[in-house]
Amino acid sequence: MTESTYRIQGATGDWEVVIGLEVHAQVMSEAKLFSGAATAFGAEPNTQVSLVDAAMPGMLPVPNAECIRQAVRTGMAINAQINKWSRFDRKNYFYADLPQGYQISQLYYPLVGEGEIEISLDDKNPEAEVKTIGIERIHVEQDAGKLMHDQHPTRSYVDLNRSGVALMEIVSRPDMRSPAEAGAYLSKLRTILRYVGSCDGNMDQGSMRADVNVSVRKPGEELGTRTETKNVNSVRFVMQAIEHEANRQVDVLESGGKIVQETRLFDPDTGSTRSMRSKEDAHDYRYFPDPDLLPLELEDAFLEECRASLPELPDAKRHRYENDLGLSPYNAGVLTAEAETARWFEVLLSESAAKQGKPEADVAKAAANWMLSELFGALNKLGKGLDDSPVSPQAGAELLALVGDGTISGSIAKQVLEKMLETGDGAEAIVEREGLKQTSDTGAIEAAVAKVLADNADKVEQYKGGKEALFGFFVGQTMKAMQGKANPKVVNELLKKALG
Amino acid sequence: MSIDITTVKKVASLARIAVTDDQAEKLVPELNNILGWVEQLGEVDVSGVEPMTAVIPNHLRLREDAVNADPLTGGNVRDKVLANAPQAEHGFFAVPKVIE
Amino acid sequence: MSDLTNLTVAEIRDGVAAGTFSAREVATAFNAEVEVGRKLNAYIVETPEKALEAADVADAVRKSGDLKPLSGVPLGMKDLFCTEGVQSTAASHILEGFTPTYESTVSARLWDAGAGMLGKLNLDQFAMGSSNETSYFGNVVSPWRDASGKDLAPGGSSGGSSAAISARLCPAATGTDTGGSIRQPAAFTGISGIKPTYGRCSRWGIVAFASSLDQAGSMARTVKDNAILLEAMAGFDPKDATSLDAPVPQWEAGLSSDLKGKTVGIPKEYRPDGLNPEIEALWDKGIAWLKDAGAEVVEVSLPHTQYALPTYYIIAPAEASSNLARYDGVRYGLRDLPDGAGLQDMYAATRAAGFGDEVKRRIMIGTYVLSAGFYDAYYTQACKVRALIARDFEAAWEKCDLLLTPTAPSAAFALGEKQADPLAMYLNDVFTVPASLAGLPAMSVPGGLDSAGLPLGLQIIGKALDEQGVLNASLALEERAGFTARPEKWW
Repeated sequence: MTESTYRIQGATGDWEVVIGLEVHAQVMSEAKLFSGAATAFGAEPNTQVSLVDAAMPGMLPVPNAECIRQAVRTGMAINAQINKWSRFDRKNYFYADLPQGYQISQLYYPLVGEGEIEISLDDKNPEAEVKTIGIERIHVEQDAGKLMHDQHPTRSYVDLNRSGVALMEIVSRPDMRSPAEAGAYLSKLRTILRYVGSCDGNMDQGSMRADVNVSVRKPGEELGTRTETKNVNSVRFVMQAIEHEANRQVDVLESGGKIVQETRLFDPDTGSTRSMRSKEDAHDYRYFPDPDLLPLELEDAFLEECRASLPELPDAKRHRYENDLGLSPYNAGVLTAEAETARWFEVLLSESAAKQGKPEADVAKAAANWMLSELFGALNKLGKGLDDSPVSPQAGAELLALVGDGTISGSIAKQVLEKMLETGDGAEAIVEREGLKQTSDTGAIEAAVAKVLADNADKVEQYKGGKEALFGFFVGQTMKAMQGKANPKVVNELLKKALG
Repeated sequence: MSIDITTVKKVASLARIAVTDDQAEKLVPELNNILGWVEQLGEVDVSGVEPMTAVIPNHLRLREDAVNADPLTGGNVRDKVLANAPQAEHGFFAVPKVIE
Repeated sequence: MSDLTNLTVAEIRDGVAAGTFSAREVATAFNAEVEVGRKLNAYIVETPEKALEAADVADAVRKSGDLKPLSGVPLGMKDLFCTEGVQSTAASHILEGFTPTYESTVSARLWDAGAGMLGKLNLDQFAMGSSNETSYFGNVVSPWRDASGKDLAPGGSSGGSSAAISARLCPAATGTDTGGSIRQPAAFTGISGIKPTYGRCSRWGIVAFASSLDQAGSMARTVKDNAILLEAMAGFDPKDATSLDAPVPQWEAGLSSDLKGKTVGIPKEYRPDGLNPEIEALWDKGIAWLKDAGAEVVEVSLPHTQYALPTYYIIAPAEASSNLARYDGVRYGLRDLPDGAGLQDMYAATRAAGFGDEVKRRIMIGTYVLSAGFYDAYYTQACKVRALIARDFEAAWEKCDLLLTPTAPSAAFALGEKQADPLAMYLNDVFTVPASLAGLPAMSVPGGLDSAGLPLGLQIIGKALDEQGVLNASLALEERAGFTARPEKWW
C-alpha cells in the first residue's frame, strides 16, 4: 500500500487532506426503479413520468427487478458483501423536485455492504503504486426530478422525467488523501461500472456524479470537520473541487476560523466551491422503513445468476494480459482501462490468432502494439475513437495477418491502414489493388542492390573503410528502389553478401 | 419528555405547516397530552424483540423491467400528470422561483 | 317503489336477474333517496348519472344472460378512493377539486363487476377520526337519534358510508379501515362491515393514511352482502407491493352459520374495569349466541392489549406524516401562494390552509416521533410492541379459531361531545385497533340496541386469510341477534 505524500503547505505547517466520495450512478434499466416509465435521456419534459412518479394520491411503488440485479452485480464486482435481507427507507424532505415529499432510499439495511476497489496511481506501471479504497456500502434509491430556473423570470419549472430513475449510491470510506487518488478512484469505479454494464458512466449526461466529502487535518491528528460538495460531474472537476476546498479549509483554520459542516456547490467556471444557501437548514430527514414496501429478500438462485452474469473484471483482465499474453503492464493497463477498448482488442486478438493459425499469446504483443500505436495514432489524427472507428477489429486482424506472414512490411502496413481508414476497404484488397506485396525475389533484389552499390561507389568505399553506419543508407536506398516492397530481411542478407 | 412552543414550531416547520404563535401555543398542551399518553409504551419489555417489518407474512415481489407495460404505472401520460396542476406551463409544473 | 331502497345487495342482484324489477328502477329509487338524505351530509359528490349508466348496462345485458356479480347494484364509494373523472378529496380542502385521471383498483373491480356509483361518501379528513367531524365538507349526521334529539356521530372515519347505508341512501358501500374505520361506524349505525386481512384489497388508488394499516373493506346491512361485495373488491394487484398473491375464496357460497368444531376466544383484557355494562351485557349475549351456533367458547389472553392504542398512535401518525407530504400545492390540489412567497413558504401556507386541525395534529405527532433523537424511543419501540401484539394473537390461535369482542366501548355519542379532547376520541378505537396492528380480518355486526335505542356492535376477529371464518361467525351472530331496527326517517 502506498502512503500519499500530498500535503497542503500552510503557514502553520503541512496539512493532510481526507477525502470520501459518495457516487450516484444511474442504473442501466429500461424502466424506473418503482414505475414503468422509461429512463431514456433527453425526452420532452414530463413525458417519462407515470402517475406513480408524480406521486398522485394513492400511488404505490413496486421495485424493478433489473435495478436490484444491477446493484447486486455491481456489489459483486467490488467484492462486497451482498445483503440477502435489505430494506427501503423513506428520507423525508420537501423540495419541488421531490414529488412524494420523500425519497425512497436505503439507510438502515443497504443492499450491498462493505467492499473495496484497488486504484493505480502510476499510469506507466499500474502495478507500481497501488492503493485499496474501502467501499462502505452501495444502496439503491430514487433520483429526483429537475428544476429549470432560467425559463421564466419569477418561476422555476419542474420536469419529473428523472424522478424515480434508479440510482446506486456508492459510498467510499474516507480513504483518499489527494485529488489524484480521488480522480483515480472515480475513474476506476467508472471502469468497473461500465464493465459490469450497470451504469453507462456518462458523467456529462449526469448518469454518474459525485458528492465530495473533504476535511483537512495535521498529519496524525483526529479527523477534521468535513464539508460535502454536491453533484460534481467530472473526474477533473472532482479533483479541482477537492483542491479548492482543501485550500479553503486550511485558510479558514489557519486564520483562526472553524469549518462548518455544510453542503457546498462546485462552480466549474471558477473551479471553486460555495455554500449552498437553499440547503442550509439543519436537516432532519426522519428516515423510517417505507411501509408501502416489504423487506427485500434475495434468494440464492438470484444471486448465483447475478454472479454468473459478471464479465471478467478490469483487474483480472489486466493481470491476464500481462501474465498469459505477455503484454507490458502499461499496455495491459491501457487496453483494460475501458471495457470497450478491451472488447475491441479481444476481437482483434482472436481474429488475428485464427487468421494466422497461431495461439493468441504469440500474436498478442504485435496486436497490442499495432492497436495502441498505429490504430490509436491514426484515429487520433482523424479525431475519432474506437466507437466510431472506420476500421473494425476484424479488418485490423486481416491487416496484421498480412504483416505476420510477410506479405507486407510494417511500413507498408501503415500506408495500408491509412487507405483502410480513407476508403473503408479491406487490407487484402488494398494490397492487391495497389500492388504493395513485398517481394522476396532474390533476383530482383540482387539487381537493385547491385545498382545501389554501383551508383554510390564512394559510399561503398567509406563503408569498407570502417564507416559501418552507412549500412542503413544502403538498406534505405535498396528499399526505395524496390518501392518499399522488398522483404527487409532478404535485403539485409543480400547487402551483407554484396558488401563482403 | 415534554415539548415546548419552540419544539412545536420546529416540528411545524419540519412538516411545512405554517402556524401562528396562538396556534403553536394551543398545540403545546395538546401534543404533550398525546405524547405523554403514548410514552407508556416505554414500560413494555421489548428485549430480544425485532420491530415488525411485514404485517402479514409476504415477500416483496419485483416488477419486470418493462416500459409502459401497464398504462396505469407507465409514462407517456403527460396530460394526465399535468391535468390537476395549479400551474403548468410549456409541459412543466411551475413553482415560485427557487434560488439554489 | 321506495321499497326498493330497503332491499339488500343480494335481493337487488337476484331481483334484477329475475326481472322482478329493473336496475334502472333501483338506481332511480336510490338517487331519489340520496337527494332526500342531503341533510345527513353523507355524500360529498352525488353521481346519479353514473348509477343510471351502470343500471342501463345491467338491464341491457340481462336478456343475454351476461349479468355480472354486481349488475344492477348501485353503491356508495368512500371518498378516499380515487375515481376517474369524479372529484376525489379524502374530505380535505387540500384536495378540493382534484379530479383523478385514474381509477383505484378496488373501485375499478366493483365497476367491472357491474356495480354503479351513487356518489362519493363523506369521511373524516384523510380518514383521521372516529366521528366524522374532521371532514372539510362538514359533519356527517347519523340517521339514528336518541331521546335527546341531538345530532349523533355516525362513527368514523367511514361515517358517510355507515350513515348512508343505515339511512338507505345506498344498499352497501366501500369503507377503509386503518384502526377501526369500518367497524366502529358500522357498530354506531346498526350495520355490518368487514376489514379483511391486510393485503386482500389493493391499496392502489386509495388516498393513503397509514400504509401498513390501511385496508379497504365492505359495509352493508347483512353479512351476506358483505361477502358478496368483498369478493368483488379483493384480489391480487401487482401494482401494490403489499398485495397478497392468494386466490379469493367464494365467500358468499361458503357462508354457514354452523360453528360446530370452532372455538371462539374471549380475550379477558377487553373487559377492563369500568366497561359500559350495556356493552358487557351484549358481549355476554354474543357468547351465548355463538355457543348456540355450536362453537366452544374459551377465555384467552392478549396481554399487550392495553398498549395497542398508544402503539397505533405512534405508527399511524408517523406513516401519515410522510404519506401526506405529497400534498404540497405543486402538482394537484390546493395551492396557497402568499404575495412574494418562495417555494418553502408556499408549502407551509398551502398545508396550513389545506389540512384540518386533526390532520395537522397527527402530522405533527408523526413528524415528532420520527425526528432525530426520538425515533428509537417512539417509533422503533412502537414497532417492537406491535410485534408483541401480533404475537399475542398468534398465541391465542393456539387455543381458538376466532375472537369475540365488543366493537366499540360505547354507542354513538353526540357530535361535538368529544371534539375538544383528542385523547377521548382516540379511545373509541380501543377494541378495533389491535386487529389492525396485526393485519387480521375483523368484522362488526349489530347485536342490539342499548337502553337509549342506539345500536351496539359485536366484533369477530379471525386468523390471517380466514375471512370465511369471520363471516360465518358473524352470520351466526346476525341470525341470532335478529337485528331489524332501523332509524326513523326524520330527514
